[in-house]
Amino acid sequence: MPLRFGRLLVAGLLAGLIAGLIAGTFAYFAGEPRIDAAIAIEEQNTLGHGEAGGGEELVSRGTQKNVGLILATSLYGIAMGGFLATGYTLLRRRLRTGSDTRAAIGLAAAALTGIVLVPFVKYPPNPPAVGDPATIDQRTTSYLAVLVLGLVAVWAGVLAARTQTHEWRRATAGLLGFVVVVAIAYLLLPAVDEVPGTFPAVLLWKFRIASLGTQVVLWTVLGLAFAALLHRLATSTGPATAEPGTRAAA
Amino acid sequence: MPKAQTVRPLAIPAVSTRLLLTAAGVVILLLALAYLVAFDQGALSRSGMYMHELMHDGRHLLGVPCH
Repeated sequence: MPLRFGRLLVAGLLAGLIAGLIAGTFAYFAGEPRIDAAIAIEEQNTLGHGEAGGGEELVSRGTQKNVGLILATSLYGIAMGGFLATGYTLLRRRLRTGSDTRAAIGLAAAALTGIVLVPFVKYPPNPPAVGDPATIDQRTTSYLAVLVLGLVAVWAGVLAARTQTHEWRRATAGLLGFVVVVAIAYLLLPAVDEVPGTFPAVLLWKFRIASLGTQVVLWTVLGLAFAALLHRLATSTGPATAEPGTRAAA
Repeated sequence: MPKAQTVRPLAIPAVSTRLLLTAAGVVILLLALAYLVAFDQGALSRSGMYMHELMHDGRHLLGVPCH
């Protein structure tokens, strides 16, 4: 009997929680000092739209920095873990590998590429004190668009790779399929350049690297933890996995 | 050195209409959760701007556009 979707989903949600907690810890150490520095600049600019700055605070900086940060990365991780498990369940048969570990980590890597790396290059994340509040709606739409196009690009790469037989041709075709879609997306989507000339370049760089690191940690841990939980399911469910040819018959 | 071992692949549920409907429901709930973290300003959480402000730093560091 095949595994129930619910068990795979629980594995994904749990892997996501673990990934979110670890990514949040990384973000606390790598990112919070940069956010503090950026908020200090924001407060110097006083008239800034300062959500975090200014008189009455809904949530104190102290709470935003630890509880709020870890809560955000954990909930986000849980959501991504659920997406990974759902994607895995629906796509597993189309992933041409006999290894569940490779399938799980491959899917996580595809997601990291599509919804993190492709968006990062077009719309790098910004710290407080950067960004014009008047354009937030347009920037949010563009961000979601590049995220969807990133996934489309990965999918195009896989389809292109599968048109070829030799390994080097598959690799080249896959890369071309991916790059063509990414290039079109980058050309079509509007450019965003709202970093004030006075904002310190080094701080901006450090913030962006910390932000990228947070997402890379999250997706790496998510892929590994999901693979580990799948392994546990495979070794504990016994007869369900021992039937020969279950995959071919399904 | 230990040799790498592979376990027999898990038997995954067959893709059926029922599974697709369940998956669609799950995806909607997960999108709501991701929306809560990334974009909500009280419409979903019913907590005014509290949840939005609480998760402010996470949003920045996860790379979501924010103010």
